[in-house]
Amino acid sequence: MRRRKIEEFIFKGLMIASTVVVGLSLFLIIGTVVVKGLPYLNWDMLTKTPDGGYYFGRSGGVLNAIIGSVYIAGGATVLGMIISLPVSIYLNIYLKKENRFARLAKLSFDVLFGIPSIVYGAFAFSLMVYLGVRASLLGGVIAVTLLVIPIMVRTLDEVIIQVPKELKEAVLSLGTTRWEMAKIYFRQIRAGLLTAVLLAFGRGVGDVAAVMFTAGFSDNIPTSLNEPAATLPLAIFFQLSSPIPEVQGRAYASALILSIFILIIVTLSTLLTNKRRKNS
Amino acid sequence: MKIRLLKDKVIGTGMLTFSILSVSMVLLIGIGLYWRSLPILQNYSVWELISADTWRPLKGSFGFFPFIMGTLWVTGMSIVIAIPLCLLTAIYLSEYAPTRFKSIFLPMINMLAGIPPVIYGVWGVFFVVPIVQRYIAPFFVDFSTGFTVLAGSVVLAVMIFPLIVSIVVEVLQTIPKELREASLSLGATKWETIKKVILRKAMPGIIAAVVLAVSRAFGETIAVLMVCGNVPISPKSIFDPAYPLPALLANNFGEMMSVPLYDAALMFSALLLFVIILIFNVISRMILQKISIRNA
Repeated sequence: MRRRKIEEFIFKGLMIASTVVVGLSLFLIIGTVVVKGLPYLNWDMLTKTPDGGYYFGRSGGVLNAIIGSVYIAGGATVLGMIISLPVSIYLNIYLKKENRFARLAKLSFDVLFGIPSIVYGAFAFSLMVYLGVRASLLGGVIAVTLLVIPIMVRTLDEVIIQVPKELKEAVLSLGTTRWEMAKIYFRQIRAGLLTAVLLAFGRGVGDVAAVMFTAGFSDNIPTSLNEPAATLPLAIFFQLSSPIPEVQGRAYASALILSIFILIIVTLSTLLTNKRRKNS
Repeated sequence: MKIRLLKDKVIGTGMLTFSILSVSMVLLIGIGLYWRSLPILQNYSVWELISADTWRPLKGSFGFFPFIMGTLWVTGMSIVIAIPLCLLTAIYLSEYAPTRFKSIFLPMINMLAGIPPVIYGVWGVFFVVPIVQRYIAPFFVDFSTGFTVLAGSVVLAVMIFPLIVSIVVEVLQTIPKELREASLSLGATKWETIKKVILRKAMPGIIAAVVLAVSRAFGETIAVLMVCGNVPISPKSIFDPAYPLPALLANNFGEMMSVPLYDAALMFSALLLFVIILIFNVISRMILQKISIRNA
């Protein structure tokens, strides 16, 4: 009898220890970035592009990368939404739940969601070679769009599924067409659309492997789609590999900027999701 | 009346086209990568490529074995670290922890999932690598830079924590209450119930979670690139550097255009990654769909 109790006691201890380790890892990561990045964070980092000799420790900031990331993630989110919204409306509202194509499509999006961004990067790069597009803002947007489509479709799916089934039945029984019903659904899922946008934007800003060869890198803020664009994660990566402490410090500061940005986005989307779940 | 139906049809066809296009992305990626890696596949057999262990693109030898071993070492170790921690955490959250704690902890874990890979890399370089170099490696080997399989797998393990924990918690919650009650009423302790009833019932879901985590770790690029050392030799222990496949791809992409076959070789490594991860994902998604979990 006692052995059973002792075993339970030991395992409970191990569980609590594991939970602490897993929970602590989050604080450890954020803590590291804050402690290392804060001393180097200043207004110039946010508002200036790199001056000549920036990568040797001279003055400047990473505004080029911040703007580049926002452009790429923003463009990809808009394009992604234009594609994902019709797809999830079609799969969930036009088709029945048991439809073979709908199920195959959902499985494909789940699988696409798991494909690493480096593969999207490589694929987008071959696509660009094929189309004759050079590493540029446009290339980055193409690569990140491919990356965020599965994220958006899956999020929208979840949102649409939460709309009560009775609504669909009631509306259809009044003799509407499926498209008219989709318009009614649209009103119900507006908050969910925002969640999908936030998630996609966050992923687009944070991702590096997809934009590495497709967007290029530049110290200037891109003014057209054909110009190469810097991205914040790539700027962190480049600065960190510098041997100069000042530049490395700026890598940590840039990492802090990126982390704050992402944490805001994640918090917003979590709040939205919670609110939605409570309502339904 | 007719116009309404026509509108419904036309818009429906448009949306169907979008759907077919985006679903066929799986195929398109596969075909695209295969097409780009054809030049090297015409010169060497797949087996030759993945079993040869010298990587000298300038001399025309493309052996992927060291990179495959690097990937396997880092992924394998990260899973070994992550599984016990994540399972215990998930069991604690779903069976023991108060609801309030759970409702704070799970969103926190979600936040961990949202942190971009490059931040994990920064953390790895500043935190994990020095610890490995100064405090762990000296006990086992004479010299280590810290940029090792171990550092890479610790970083990867932390990256896959949220994935495994959130899926397993969800899986555990799908197990009917009656099963627990039946076991408890027979006099089993709570832990015995977990061990002999719940975990057994949850096994398919747990396996699916782990397979999904393996494939995530497999394809992770920038974080492992930053902490693994990138030496193209098969690692012999966890204190050796490694050069996983995604890191190879990321490091060499820019400069590859001029060397013959180099470009195709790198595309082949992307194809390899794609195929392996595709298989893993299909398996685990099918299991998860069967037990109707989809939020992972």
